[in-house]
Amino acid sequence: MGWRDIFRRQPAPAMPAAMAVGAGLLVFENTSEVIRAEKILKEAGWQVRVMGPPPEIQRGCDLVIEFPLVEKLRVLRVLADQKLTPLEIVPVNSPLLQPVSLFQTKDFGDYLMVRAANMKLTVHKASGEIVNVSGGGCPDVPYLAQALVGQNLATAPAPKDLGHTLCGYALQLAYEEMQRLCSP
Amino acid sequence: MLAVIGTVPDQAFSLVAGTAELTGDRLLIAGQTCPIHRGTPALLAAALVTARTLGQPPPQAYLVGDLGLGDGSRQLYAFLETELPQRQYQVLCFHYLQPDVDWHNRIMFAIEAMASRPLLIADAGYMYVAKMSGQAGAYDLFTPDIGELAFLADEEAPHPFYTRGFILHEENLAPDLIQRAYAFDNAARFLLVKGRNDYIACRQGILATVSEPEVAALEPIGGTGDTVTGIAAALITAGYDIPTAALLAARANRLAGQLADPTPATQVTAIIYHLPRALADILAQALTTNE
Repeated sequence: MGWRDIFRRQPAPAMPAAMAVGAGLLVFENTSEVIRAEKILKEAGWQVRVMGPPPEIQRGCDLVIEFPLVEKLRVLRVLADQKLTPLEIVPVNSPLLQPVSLFQTKDFGDYLMVRAANMKLTVHKASGEIVNVSGGGCPDVPYLAQALVGQNLATAPAPKDLGHTLCGYALQLAYEEMQRLCSP
Repeated sequence: MLAVIGTVPDQAFSLVAGTAELTGDRLLIAGQTCPIHRGTPALLAAALVTARTLGQPPPQAYLVGDLGLGDGSRQLYAFLETELPQRQYQVLCFHYLQPDVDWHNRIMFAIEAMASRPLLIADAGYMYVAKMSGQAGAYDLFTPDIGELAFLADEEAPHPFYTRGFILHEENLAPDLIQRAYAFDNAARFLLVKGRNDYIACRQGILATVSEPEVAALEPIGGTGDTVTGIAAALITAGYDIPTAALLAARANRLAGQLADPTPATQVTAIIYHLPRALADILAQALTTNE
């Protein structure tokens, strides 16, 4: 921690009295990135707001952006299109929470299933065909299932490129884990 | 009457409100059709088949296209806010909808404005937002799978994506997670937990466990959780008490699965196809055992 950081965390400048339930915070390296991101997201139709970070966040600058957390995947994609990547994305209610990193794998003989959080992806081992997508609750899950089932794991579009929500993100993690397990 | 509220993975599917009909493997509602192979249409198909088996009227459907952008869900929320206070339903079943706490709370006010309060079932995204809003206890039935149960049991997680590892861990037993979900007031009055064993539970503990027939291949099949919820919703609407409806739904879904002789590549339409026979068997069996 540099000497400037000692002063940096004192009074959180724009922390609102009540932050939105179910919201997330985008943490950036510097305030010019925050300003750019705010403009990009507002132009894309999100109602975001800039505020001071909660004390649990130890990285980044003095400002964070509050956004609807469930739409994390699409927010990241829109920012990446403009060459902007946040340092961190955390839930407002509990900024120390991390995305799920635990996978459950089930071997069904000819088929392999990987579960990441609430999302399950099943592949036919010999052919690499994605045969089922299950679990999840956000509306992009049936859409992703429709797009992925019947495709080959090696050539199927990545869920992160089609999905929009945290469920889509969880499916992306299951997809990456499946690719790792199925790689020679 | 039952009303099912959810989304269809088709951006061109405009908002509809009407009686759901089944034509082959497609739903027909107010002139629009969609396949029943996953999501809310699979739930509706199972509810329809169950209602038909019981000689009950078909469910009402409130559906809209939404690919996960949330635009359709918000349109539907706005419609329901004015629609619900003018309607009477015995059961409302909320399903694949973009979780949005503000809209959830507005819908709850609309439900309170109905002439008589319906029983409330939530599954999928609407169950997530019901928990997130802190109003899980206002619901009569949640139907989580084991991953979603871990989310309900984690008082910190705003979405299953953030469920903490020590709660999500495979060795955690469902009964412990059920207890934890109730301890933090993150469960509905009743839970139907869908998994290798299905559990019907309330705050006082586990009321019933269903583990037969064991059909391992059902777990990877997308939509099998949706069909259980649809069957339970239709049984509750027909007058079964919630724990009995949940129990019979779990049994019927397993039996339909067994009749379909599935592999992990089977699609849920094959299971819905066997539902009438499975329901008839399970209901007849329940009569003889006086359930």
